[in-house]
Order: sequence, then structure tokens, then C-alpha cells
Amino acid sequence: MSEPVLRLVGISKRFPGVLANDNVDFELAPGEIHALLGENGAGKTTLMNVVYGLYKQDEGQIFIDGRQVEIHDPNDALARGIGMVHQHFMLVPVMTVTENMMLGHETTRGLRLGLLSDLDPDRVAEEIKALGDKHGLSIDPEAYVRDLSVGEEQRVEIVKALYRGAEVLILDEPTAVLTPQEAEDLFSIMRSLIAEGKSIIFITHKLKEVLVIADRITVLRDGRVVGTTEPSKTTEAELAAMMVGREVILQVEKGPAAPGEAVLEVQDLQVRDLREQMAIRGVSFTVRAGEIFGIAGVQGNGQAELVEALTGLTPVEGGHIFMNGQETTHLRPRAITETGIAHVPEDRHKHGLVLVYPLDENLVLQTYYLPPFAKRTFLQPKEVRENAIRLIQEFDVRTPSVRTHAGSLSGGNQQKVIVARELSRDIRLLIANQPTRGLDVGSIEFIHRRIVEKRDEGVGVLLVSSELDEILGLSDRIAVMYAGEILAVMPAEEATKERLGLLMAGVREAPDSIAAD
Amino acid sequence: MDSVFFSGLFFLALVKATPIAFGAMAGLMSERSGVINIAIEGMMLTGAMMAFLGSVIFNDLTGGTLPKIYSLLAGLIVAMISAALVALLHAVFSIHYKVDQIISGTVINLLSVGVTNFVANAYIDPRGLAGVGVFPVINIPILSEIPLIGRIFFSHQPLVYLMLIMVAVLQYALFKTPWGLRTRAVGEHPRAADTVGINVNRRRYINVTLGGALAGIGGAFLVLESVGRFQKLMTTGRGFIALAALIFGKWTSVGALGSALLFGFAEALGVRLQLGDVNELQALALLAGIGIIVLAGAWAVLKLIRRGADQRRNRTIGILASAGLASIAAALLFDWPSVEIPIQFLGLMPYIATVLVLAGFVGRAIPPAAIGKPYEKA
Amino acid sequence: MATSEARRSSRRRALLGRLAIPLLAIFTALIVASLAMVLSGTDPIKAYLALAEGAFGSQVARVETLIKATPFLLAGLAIALAFRGGLFNIGVEGQLFVGSAVTVFIGYSVELPAAIHIPLALLGGMIGGAVWAGIPGYLKARNGAHEVITTIMFNFIALRIISWAIGVGGPLRAPRTVVPETPAVFESARLPILIPDSRLHAGVIIAVIAAFVVYWLLWRTVTGFELRTVGANPNAARYAGINVEFNIVRTMALSGALAGLSGGIQVLGLAPYTFTTGFNVGLGFDSIAVAVLGSIHPFGVALAALLFGAMDAGARLMQLRTKVPIDVVTIVQGLILAFVAADQIIRRLYRIRTETEEGPVSLSQSWGGGS
Repeated sequence: MSEPVLRLVGISKRFPGVLANDNVDFELAPGEIHALLGENGAGKTTLMNVVYGLYKQDEGQIFIDGRQVEIHDPNDALARGIGMVHQHFMLVPVMTVTENMMLGHETTRGLRLGLLSDLDPDRVAEEIKALGDKHGLSIDPEAYVRDLSVGEEQRVEIVKALYRGAEVLILDEPTAVLTPQEAEDLFSIMRSLIAEGKSIIFITHKLKEVLVIADRITVLRDGRVVGTTEPSKTTEAELAAMMVGREVILQVEKGPAAPGEAVLEVQDLQVRDLREQMAIRGVSFTVRAGEIFGIAGVQGNGQAELVEALTGLTPVEGGHIFMNGQETTHLRPRAITETGIAHVPEDRHKHGLVLVYPLDENLVLQTYYLPPFAKRTFLQPKEVRENAIRLIQEFDVRTPSVRTHAGSLSGGNQQKVIVARELSRDIRLLIANQPTRGLDVGSIEFIHRRIVEKRDEGVGVLLVSSELDEILGLSDRIAVMYAGEILAVMPAEEATKERLGLLMAGVREAPDSIAAD
Repeated sequence: MDSVFFSGLFFLALVKATPIAFGAMAGLMSERSGVINIAIEGMMLTGAMMAFLGSVIFNDLTGGTLPKIYSLLAGLIVAMISAALVALLHAVFSIHYKVDQIISGTVINLLSVGVTNFVANAYIDPRGLAGVGVFPVINIPILSEIPLIGRIFFSHQPLVYLMLIMVAVLQYALFKTPWGLRTRAVGEHPRAADTVGINVNRRRYINVTLGGALAGIGGAFLVLESVGRFQKLMTTGRGFIALAALIFGKWTSVGALGSALLFGFAEALGVRLQLGDVNELQALALLAGIGIIVLAGAWAVLKLIRRGADQRRNRTIGILASAGLASIAAALLFDWPSVEIPIQFLGLMPYIATVLVLAGFVGRAIPPAAIGKPYEKA
Repeated sequence: MATSEARRSSRRRALLGRLAIPLLAIFTALIVASLAMVLSGTDPIKAYLALAEGAFGSQVARVETLIKATPFLLAGLAIALAFRGGLFNIGVEGQLFVGSAVTVFIGYSVELPAAIHIPLALLGGMIGGAVWAGIPGYLKARNGAHEVITTIMFNFIALRIISWAIGVGGPLRAPRTVVPETPAVFESARLPILIPDSRLHAGVIIAVIAAFVVYWLLWRTVTGFELRTVGANPNAARYAGINVEFNIVRTMALSGALAGLSGGIQVLGLAPYTFTTGFNVGLGFDSIAVAVLGSIHPFGVALAALLFGAMDAGARLMQLRTKVPIDVVTIVQGLILAFVAADQIIRRLYRIRTETEEGPVSLSQSWGGGS
């Protein structure tokens, strides 16, 4: 094998309380796509941020084309031909594509006045247009970034890296926000870049993609390299085992469902997103008591808006929502909660918890004003505390005390606090959005078991998840959401990964095969 | 009412707008890079005192042998440096120590009041220091001969010209140079700027500090081109009007100048009203006319910055400008009945205008997205 | 879980840790300010001794300290309450003005039995302050207008309107006076004097009660829970079913009411029982320092207010004895705020370990606004 373009030797990176990278070795050969695979929090992004100069490693060396280099900041990385497309795009929304391209690397004309020279956006626009055409990445240099779609933004990011002369391209979870079709497009772009002689590091946690696109695969777990392999020599199951460190239990133990009456009925729902675009375009479905209704789909296809509309956090544009027989379409969140709804939100830091509050106050977030926690307007600290002690015990939350601040707990324990709070109320419908994202396997199993228990008690469950395994493992019926619509609803037995995958990509089925709801 | 009155009014508006525009530019540099600046008042106050002390002490040291213009320039430079240092303090608090930027601004304002009063009471007043004087009027050759326009624009003291130049330079720099691109990026999306190798905090330090120097000039103006000596608390809230002008001007220097002119015009009208040169209704009609024209002008400038404007807007701008002119003409041509309106209410305009744009009642002022947040690298 | 003994001792250590920063900040501010005195040729020790004597050296001095601390306490509570709700009420200055004007108007325009007149006048002032703060609150809740800027603007609007109202020919102007001021309030509206032949009025007690009420409100009531939740995480508050917009307005109004009370007590408690333009200028800003020094906790604010009151009360004797301008007090107050806010300076200076016992309190929300 020829000299690697990039070689990392013994990289370690510590953060307060965490060893994010532990003596990591990594090689990137010229012209290869090398996948960096691992669960969330395995240290993939940290490692690449070290390479890109955003973090400084505590130990270890970086070699580029065989020469040891020091990378102090992104300028060093860019100067050495390393470009990175971050998971959260690094584009300034209020600026044009051209301005974003130039930023930090400006082309000027006329008098040389350093930072006060005259920018030359026209020349840059021409250059990036040419660059884009060459690689099959069509972009409009004059457009404002805020007006672009996610896929377009990603193309801009790739062109930005190329424009800066990147030979090594780091793509951090590039498919997380893409539909399967867009992901396919991305893969063909990646292949054409390789054909041009570029090398690519592809960060992901999706097994299937790795097998499709990568030349080599390095698996990271808990900051350490578990191993490096090639797609032809491995299987999905083997990779999964490497990622999580033990055989994954994909099947959740559960008996058959005993569905009762409808607890949630959604009729022709329409919702706009923050940009005033239609995010939900006429969605209808029913969730019955005692069943788990799973909604699969690539993130960003309206799931977030759907859940927010159901829980009253986002206004409904059109259609009707009935919960437990009562219309809740335009009710405030409090009134919806009071009809017997629990909501495990997608983002536990944003919505689920008040991080600076102790656990006991977090555990009464929706019930603080009701007896026994409040008598008229007076809070009852003793009751609040006893409630917390009971729930922490019951849900096995690992915490020094009930007065510990939620922010100081681990992600798994934080999520258990939310689940404890939501499931301990007297509910008839549970709405869980990505309930296990970013959690360790132990917490995932615990939460899955609790959800199934609730179902068996006769609670209706609406499960939204972009993890197909979670959907397939838990659901009794499955719907697939694509571009703000539900393309199909089917009993879990009729669902296969392949069938769901096609639907998630927006491929509609012939009308007769859509299961009647 | 004649052309002398009219040009006098505009002349005075420009003079009154000068310190406000300098203050607003100070805020612009700071806030565009993501640091809230409610300490313009303190920076201006410090600048005013140091301009006075600088010029007086320089004059003493040179024993009055040099022409007084040198002392005045020394005062100006001292004012710029000291206000820049005050701004640097704001930067250190906000950027390095990650202190809430409003708190930091409040600290600066409190300390500026305390220190300048202290120095005035302990040093300036006991010694009975008198000022060196003020900058002379510079009549621009030929241009100042133009009727009306010449008197309004080309017959000023130097800092007024400097202000106009700085407004143009800043507007250009903010939208057409690498400095401006980076400044805006740092204020909108610092992490994006960081990932392309821009040192976010260094950019902010430099901008806040240089902005302080501009606020210093604004303060120096009050001493070196207006009163001629330092008086306690002499900025009397101009730093906050500057903040208002900055917001009303939607975080652009031309917009801020337009707002400052409008506010300056209101102030000038107030003076004229007290002198009995105009009556209340005339004043209101004039103000409305100027306001509309300023609005149309700002709009036109914004359109020039953002290319690809459509024709409809052009017509709207034309209609606005004509309406403004008509309102002014109406104010001048007719004899308006006198109505009792308290003149203090003219002074309310900057504040009310700012509240209205912030609340989105007349257009919407959207601050830089990252403003007020310290940048955390990890 | 720790034993109760260990818990108590750790709580004691935490309390000590919480007091350490403010105390060291005060100490450091005094040291730094003494540099200014040395530069102006005075002995700082003599000056500070005179300051202390002027604040605590006699009954008159102690009374003066309490009187001066009273408005600081109420205004500091106003700011602390808003902080807890995630709002930076920099408009206490203007709310205090409006509140004072309403109180004085009720005080001089009608004559009623004292038992009705005093509460009515103070209540009027509180409503005035609440309205003046509630409008920016509403604009924030409804339109996302940042309260820092709007309340600054409202300060100036209040200042202008009231200087007109008590200016020549203004509706609140006292007849036949040279200076701009209102008529004095009737005897029946004046706060009772607590110690005969002194200036100590009942407002001190009202302020202390207010501190307890604010404490109780914040941590023992449903309203307080909602207020704090909106302050700590507005998204979680919305998720929890709390009406965030309503809470923003309510928090601002409560804060403004305290500010209005702060002004009202001044006009009803202190001779000459009138309202003039120079009234309490700057108090609203100094009180930010009081609130922050007091760790935005009602009892901490009370201690901080006492300190600020003492400094204001003692300043005159200091100036008399040592010729140090009273403005040194403003410098000290500014420095205290600086060192408490930038506590890293203090920690580094005195090598204090960083302990994150309590989660950080966010003082103001980002600018994007609530919308």
C-alpha cells in the first residue's frame, strides 16, 4: 500500500471527566473512503476535530504524507489540504453562498489593504460555479444560505472544502439529515471525488452505509479503536457487535398486543415549521389503547413537527386531533397534558429537563400545581421530595441525592428521570420521540421494557424514531413518514427493513398493498 | 422662515448627530462581532473627560508655545486611547471572563460616572482648569460656497467631516471587505467562523476596542467642538441615544447616521421651537418630512448593498421621498396655527422609535444572531 | 446518600463558599478604590474609617444607613426577581420614577385617613411601576423585543415625561416654586416615624417584609415555580404547560411593582415629601450591583443593600473629614459589581477552588427574543 495521506498515532484527548480518545491509531490511504464507525459519543467527531485543528490532542502525533505535523487551528488543517464538513453545517445563514466560500480565505481586488481590501465576489462566484460543475455539485453562488435546503447546504459545504484545496475530506455524519435518495446522490459524489484522487473519511453510525460505500472501516468504541476491517470481510452483525461491545438484542421481549379503543385520532393534520413551510401535509392515523404505533422515517420529514403539534407546542394549521375522544387540536400544552398524555421529548436538554433544577423539582415539572405537590398556591416541598425518592428508586436513577441538579447526571440517567416523570402519571397515551437516542445499551433496554409495560397496562403509545431497529423491535403497527406525509401504515409482521427503507426514501407502494387503517 | 433658517436647522441637526453617530458606530463595531454594548455612554463620558484633560495638560506641558490646534489634537488622541482602554475592559469582562455582557456594560457605565466625577471633583474643579478652546470651523473651498448645501455640509468643524467619512468607510468595510465579512460571520455564527480559521475572540477584542476609540471621539466632540470644557455627566444619555440610533438603523452605519440625523434634527427643532422660530405644527411637519426622506434614503442604500432589487421598491422609495418633500414644503409654505405641544415630547422620538422597530411595528430590527453569547470553543 | 451530619457540614461549607466570593469582591473593590484616594493624596484608611463612622458610628448614622438601604433593597429585589425569571430589568430606574410620581400624586391630591391613604398611595405607585415594566414585558412576550433595550428606552421616556410633568406649567408642578417639584403629600400619606425625632420611617419594615415575601413567592408558591422555570429553561417551561408569554409579562410587572414601591416609599417616608427631577437618579443601575452582589437571593440582596446603604450614608462624613469626593462610593460599587460578576478574577487572586455547588443562574436570555 502506498504512503498514507493521513496517519494518526496514539492520539489521546481528555475532557474534564471524560477520556474522549484513548491512544487512537488511524490511517487514510490515498484515494480511499475510510469509514469511522461508532455509536454516538464513541469519540469519532472528537478525533476528527483534533485532525481539523479545533481541538489539540493531549498525546499522539499526526502525519500528513509521511511528515509529522502540528495542527494548531483550522488554518493549519486547511493549509495542509484537510477539509471537514461538520454534522451541523458551518454556514452563516444571512450570507450568500459566495460570501460563505470566501470567509477566512478571501479573494480581493484593487489596492492591497489587508483586511480592508475590496472583496471580489464575482470572481469567487465564477470559481465555485466551475468547481461545482466539475464535481457534479450544482450550487447557486448568489443564493442566501438561509434559503437553501439541507441537501443544498451540504453540497455548499463540500464545495467549500474543495474550494479551499482539500485533498482529504472529512464528512461527519453526512447522511444523518438526508433521505435515502439524497444519501445515494452523496455517495455518487463521494465516488467521483475519489476518482479525482481525493481521500475521504466518512464518519457514521449507520452500518448499512458503511458496507455500501467504504473501502475500509475502523470501529471506535468508548474512545478506543476496536478494529479495522473491510466490507468484504465483515457483516452488519459483526460490526454492530464491535460498536456496542456485546451482541445487540434487537428483539424486545413482548407479547401480542391487545388493542382497545382509540386514544389518539389524527385527521388530515397540517402543520407549518419555523420557516413557515408546510412540514405536515395532511396526516391521518389512529393510535389505540394497548398498542405501540411506531412512526419510522428519516429525521426531518416532519416527525418533530408532528409531535410538537400533538402536544400543543406548535400551532396546528389545519385538520383535527382527538385524544381520548376529546378534540385537542388548538388546546394549550397544559390542557393537552391534563387529558392524560405523557410526552418523552426528542431533546431532553431543551424540553425535557430544567438542568439547573434538582431532580425533585424536575420530577414535578407538569404536576407542581396539583395536589399533593401544591395546596392552593403553596408548594409542598415534603411531598415533592417524597415523590422524587420514590421515583428514583423505582426507575433506578443513579444520583447522589434528590437535590442533585439534573445537569450533573449522565445522559442515561437524565432520560430515566424524564421517563419516570412521564410514566408515573395517570396517562392513557404516551408520545415518545427518539426516546433512546444517544443512550448506552443498558438504558435503552430499560426504557424499552418500560414502554412495553405501559402498553400492556393499556396505554396507547406513539413511538417516533429514526432507528429502524427500535421501530421494528417495539411497534405493533408501523407508519412511515416522508416529506410530511404518511406513506403507509402496516402491521409490524408485514414490515421488513427493505420495505420500510423504500418507503423512507419516498417510494410509494402500489395502492392495493397499503394496509387499510 | 427663509433659507438661512432652513440651512441653520440642518446644519445644527448634523452637528447634534455627530456624537450620536460616533457612539452608534462604536456600538456597531462591537455588536456586529457579537458583543452587546450598552457601555457606549461610559466610553463617551470617559472620552470627553480625557479629551479635556489631554488637551489642557498638553497645553500646559508645552507651555502654550505650540498652536492650540496641537493641544486639541492631543486631547482627541488621548480621548480615543482612553475610551479604547475602557472598551478593552468591556472586552476582557465579556470575552475572557464571560461576564454577562449587560452586567459588564453596567460596570463600565458605573465606573465611568464614578471616575469622571471623582476626577472632576478632586482635580479639575479645585484647580479651576479652563479648556484650551475648540476646533476651528473648516470651510471646504468651493463646496462651502454652494448656496444652502454649502452651509449645511461644508462649513463644519473637523470632527463632523471625520464622522461622515467614518460612516462611509465603515459601511463599505462592513459589507465589502474581508474585515467586514469576518466581523459579520463572528457575530452571526462564530463556530462557522472558527472552522474556517478565524480567531473569533481576537476579532471581538479588536472590534470592541477599536469601537471604543470611536466612542472616544464622540465624547471628545462634546468638549473639543462644542462646550470647550468638561462638565460632570456631560454626555447626558447620548450613549443610549447612540444605541437607539444603532438599532433604529438596523446595525448599519449609514442607517445609524440616518437615525442620528433624525434624532439630531428633532433636537435642533426643539431648540428652534424654544427660540420661537417655528411653531409646533410646522416642527412636526418638518420632522415627519425628514423622517420619511431618511427612511427612503436608508432603504435606497440597503438596496444598493443587496443587489438584485426589484422595480416595485424603486417606486415606493420615490413615493416616500416625494411625500417627505411635500411635507417639508407644506411646513414651509403655509402659516400654521400655533398649538401647545410640550417640546419634551420631541425628545421622546428616538426612544419610541427604537421600541417600535424592536417590537417589529415598523420594519424589524434583527440583531446579529450570536450577540450576547460568549464563544466557547469546545 | 450522605448522613445528616455530613450533609449539614457540607451545606455549611457551601454557604461559606457562597459568601466567600462576595466578601472578597467587596474587599478587593475597597483596595482598588483606595488607589484612587492615594493618587488624590488622601489616606484611604482614614477615609474608610470616616466612611464606617458615618455609616454606623452613631444612632443618626445607623438610621441613615437603614434609610439609604431601603430603596436599594426594594430595587435590588426588583432586579433579582426579574433575573430569576430570566429577564434583565434594566428599567428599574424608570419604573421607580413612574411609581414615585403616581404615589406622590395620590399623596397630595386627596386627603384620606392614613390607614387608607398610605396603602393606596403605595399601591398606586406599585401599579405605576408594574405598568411601566409590563409594557416592555408584553413587547418581549408578544413581539420578541429584547427587554434590556426596551427598558433602557422606557427609562428615558419616563424621565422626559416626568420632567415635563413637573416642569413649568406641568400638571404635577407645585404652585409657586422655583425648582421643578411636586407639592408635598398630605400628612395622612406620610409613613409613620419609628424612632421619635429621627428620620427612620416605616418603609424600612415594608422593605424587609418585601424581602420575605419575595423569598416565599419564589420558592414556596406555584407562581414562583413557574417564574423560575421560565427563567431557567423557557422551552422546558412551555413543554411543562406553563404559559411562558404570560409569565414574562407577570414577572416584569412584579419586578416593576417592587421598583415602584421603592420610589413610593421614598416620597412618603422622607422630607420634604415631594418628588423632584434629581430624585434617586442612578438607583436603578446601582441596584443591579446590589442584586448581583446578593447572589440574586432575597436575603443576600438584603445584606448587599445594607452595605450599599451604609456606603451612601457614610460617604458624606468621609468627604467632610478627608476631602475625598463622595464619588469614590460609586467607584467602589462599580468595582464590587465587576468582581462579583467576573468571579474568576477573585478565584484566581485568592486561589479559591472552583466548586459548582449550585447550577449557574442565567441572567438574561439571548437576543433572538421569545417570539
